[in-house]
Amino acid sequence: MEDILKTCLHQKHLDLGAKMMPFGGFDMPIEYTSIIEEHNAVRHAAGIFDVSHMGEILITGPDSERYINYIFTNDIRGAEPGKIFYGMLLYPEGGTVDDLLVYKMGDERFFLVVNASNIAKDYQWIVEHSTGYDLKIENLSDYYGEVAVQGPKAEACIEELLHLDVKDLLFYTCKEIECDGETIIVSRTGYTGEDGFELYGSHAFINRVWDVLVGSKQVLPCGLGCRDTLRFEVGLPLYGHELEKDITPIEAGLGMFVKLDKGDFIGKEAIAQQKAEGVKRKIVGIELADKAIPRSGYEVYANGQMIGRVTTGYNSISTGKSVCMALIDSAHAALGTEVEIHIRKKFFKGTIVKKRFYEKNYKK
Amino acid sequence: MSTVLDGLYYSESHEWLKVEGEFGYIGITDYAQHQLGSVVYVDLPEVDDEVSQGEEFGAVESVKAASDLLSPISGTVVEINEALEDKPELLNEDAFNNWICKVKINDTAELDNLMDAEDYKAICE
Repeated sequence: MEDILKTCLHQKHLDLGAKMMPFGGFDMPIEYTSIIEEHNAVRHAAGIFDVSHMGEILITGPDSERYINYIFTNDIRGAEPGKIFYGMLLYPEGGTVDDLLVYKMGDERFFLVVNASNIAKDYQWIVEHSTGYDLKIENLSDYYGEVAVQGPKAEACIEELLHLDVKDLLFYTCKEIECDGETIIVSRTGYTGEDGFELYGSHAFINRVWDVLVGSKQVLPCGLGCRDTLRFEVGLPLYGHELEKDITPIEAGLGMFVKLDKGDFIGKEAIAQQKAEGVKRKIVGIELADKAIPRSGYEVYANGQMIGRVTTGYNSISTGKSVCMALIDSAHAALGTEVEIHIRKKFFKGTIVKKRFYEKNYKK
Repeated sequence: MSTVLDGLYYSESHEWLKVEGEFGYIGITDYAQHQLGSVVYVDLPEVDDEVSQGEEFGAVESVKAASDLLSPISGTVVEINEALEDKPELLNEDAFNNWICKVKINDTAELDNLMDAEDYKAICE
């Protein structure tokens, strides 16, 4: 068993009395006071998350755009510097290595943000397939700390408390800012369904940002517990649940992030075939009539037959409804279809619904 | 520090039992509600359910996780606390004043398998 890793903000979490748990190999704060209070702070005001466990990989060089286009599902060709893309790295069979963000920092400079649990796997994957391309790949995960500041008041808090000029930053764009003698990265991105920003910099910078924002009392420290309830409510996938080695982006309903008209990329053939033939199973939303909570792994049934399993489920904090995402047989995936979920000893009735349980509130 | 009330019986799985004649009220302890965090759903048993000492009879769910309820005593459920259906957070507000179900006890000899307040305090530390 490897030693558990700590982010640069670890001591802050302990000082705040956070409930800590392992996540992606790191000892992370799950909640500070109450997951419900933290969730609502992000929906209605502003919250800050330590997401320094996320991985950062920098790809630079003349072939970097061409190479990323070959390993990444989205089409980054010819984009303006500052643009950010969401997409996946795929196995040749179409399953998902990871889902990630690609930041175009310059014409020959790309910053990839990957899931904590997949850093080593992704880095190895990216290096392995790069033979013959003229570029440099650097794993900068140990250098960068990262915080996400999320919620309708995030912009005002960053402008007024950190004095960073972010109001003109568009959704899914980034910029570099000289600040305290270093170059930091700020982007209008997040994983909550609310407007917000992610900031990347040295450990010292990230600690300063944390101290200023948390010290102001205007931005609530938020744990990974509510990060999950927030992303879930707006139907965003989490690797290991809605995306996996054996789950394709098409099955996950993320086909819009896979561009088949951009030239060859790893996994393209499998995805094209799946698109042409249709998928045998897919990720759907299910709403329960009762308040019983469908948890990850619980079985889903239709007409007495098991048709799949829950991937993530909660009693939604924002709506009060018990809802889940589930990977089920496509034959039962039409909206309005009646299914049942096996929760402990009983079967609870549910209906297939859109997997967006709460409307996103992005500033575009 | 969690509250532990004198005069009740306690199980290792953090349920309490208050005996009144041939009946017993069952709930979860203050320590248990604190460990769970915000309770958002209580899966209550039904009246006439037979429950057995140490066996699951329902569940208490926080946002993040479900936790089985294990009965501290064997018996028959005669009443459930329906208030918890709409207000599960009552368990966070006062775990000892909000019982989950009332049972008719089969055999009081089973009480010997439970802890008193003093012994229970020791395992909460």
